[in-house]
Amino acid sequence: MSLILSSAPHIRTHNTTTRLMGNVLIALAPCVAAGVYFFGLRAALVLAVSTASAVLAEFVWQKLAHQKVRISDLSAAVTGLLIGLIVSPTVPWWTVMIGSFFAIIVVKQLFGGVGDNFLNPALAARAVLLASWPTRLTSHPAVGFSADAVSAATPLASMKGISLNDLLLGHVGGAIGETCKIAILVGLAYLLITRTISWRIPVFTVASAFLFNLVVSGSLNDSLTCILSGGLLFGAVFMATDYATSPMQSYAQMIYSVLIGIITVVIRKWGVYPEGVTYAILIANIVAPLLDRFIPQKIYGVIGKKKEVKA
Amino acid sequence: MSTAEKKQGLGKVFMNGILDENPTFRLVLGTCPTLATTTSATNGFGMGLSVTFVLLCSNIVISLLRKFIPDKVRIPSFIVVIAAFVTILKLLLQAYVPSLYSSLGIFLPLIVVNCIILARAEAFASKHPVVESAVDGLGMGLGFTIALTLIGAIREILGSGSIFGINIFGASFEPMLILVLASGGFLSYGILLGIINAITNRNRKAKLEKGEN
Repeated sequence: MSLILSSAPHIRTHNTTTRLMGNVLIALAPCVAAGVYFFGLRAALVLAVSTASAVLAEFVWQKLAHQKVRISDLSAAVTGLLIGLIVSPTVPWWTVMIGSFFAIIVVKQLFGGVGDNFLNPALAARAVLLASWPTRLTSHPAVGFSADAVSAATPLASMKGISLNDLLLGHVGGAIGETCKIAILVGLAYLLITRTISWRIPVFTVASAFLFNLVVSGSLNDSLTCILSGGLLFGAVFMATDYATSPMQSYAQMIYSVLIGIITVVIRKWGVYPEGVTYAILIANIVAPLLDRFIPQKIYGVIGKKKEVKA
Repeated sequence: MSTAEKKQGLGKVFMNGILDENPTFRLVLGTCPTLATTTSATNGFGMGLSVTFVLLCSNIVISLLRKFIPDKVRIPSFIVVIAAFVTILKLLLQAYVPSLYSSLGIFLPLIVVNCIILARAEAFASKHPVVESAVDGLGMGLGFTIALTLIGAIREILGSGSIFGINIFGASFEPMLILVLASGGFLSYGILLGIINAITNRNRKAKLEKGEN
């Protein structure tokens, strides 16, 4: 029998970056399918351009910086696909291309590459695109199969006349991947089953937005519309749960999620923009390291003071 | 010191402000006007020249007064001198270049507290004779002007599709609006700073390797 002496860690997980990112890609598949189904080939083109240009940007940067090329870890592909999914299907291809380049080079690589970015690259790219070409990003096509003909306001911009059922199925205008809530929930289920993400962040984010909206508006219908419209669900499942930019400890994760929920509703109700999920998550991203630092964590193996039993 | 040596020294002082100790890219001083006034090449150029004017005049006067100003009250004294020149500049711009005057806005009077000017007064003019101080002010001012015009040009080209107010891409170009917004200032300044740091580091490394061989 051979005994091997080695230092910790002794137990290694089989979760590699490639595997986790692959899971995210699989979980995004229903959203991609729904997006292409509702918005047509135009959406497929946007997704293809955004993903390809993100991978290309990562490849070129790592070549130029004499780094090991790590595009096979799929993280760039996930970022690129996410950018495509959170923009309107009518955006010109060069817009998503610039977005992908910005996300990979400025937000991710300049800060040290995968795992070191302080903001979610896809959301930062969306914020930049929104500030740069506001009309391009906010004109959404009416759904139906004439995506190139009519454009209509999103449910958030004109709340009237859209049933909750349509919102759930995605039969509304909006960003490619954000409209079909069923597809997002299928993706969430896959991520939870494969333990790629924990339930805390998505559940707390959506629940806090719902409750805060309920308190503010006092209407159950309005609150349901709040969580089923716009990018809240998509953001809560795929964006807020990004490993590099969310807190690590459970209490910190809860506060982080509640922050996202509340800021989203605040921006939607009182802000200039109809949608606030992007900024809510970006703000929470910035706060995440502080939350991890200042919220007391449970240290493994340390027993706290025993609670006194009341007689 | 011979005249030839002295000339070489002055040239060094002059180039120092433009390259080695460029106030914007090497010393990272005066970042507030840098970010705020570089929405177009014209604005950046105008701000740079305004600062150059004040820097040159204040360096000369402070250098002349350097033995007269008591050490304990030197900062307030510098500020008074600088503020006097800023007032002159403000009145001149208001009278002759009202468009620049209005686009620079609050950042014109704020030149009084611009840390480049104060830093050069404290670090250079109060310790050096008049000619050298004047050359230093001119070099630093031009370095600042070049940097601001560069940032302004980049932001104007990408953010409004023109340069010095002249449209260069035609009507089909859709400018990247974020670059003329405040966040675009931070983005373009940061990226330029990074590029210039990378170039400087590479040059220094090359020099070191050369020295070793």
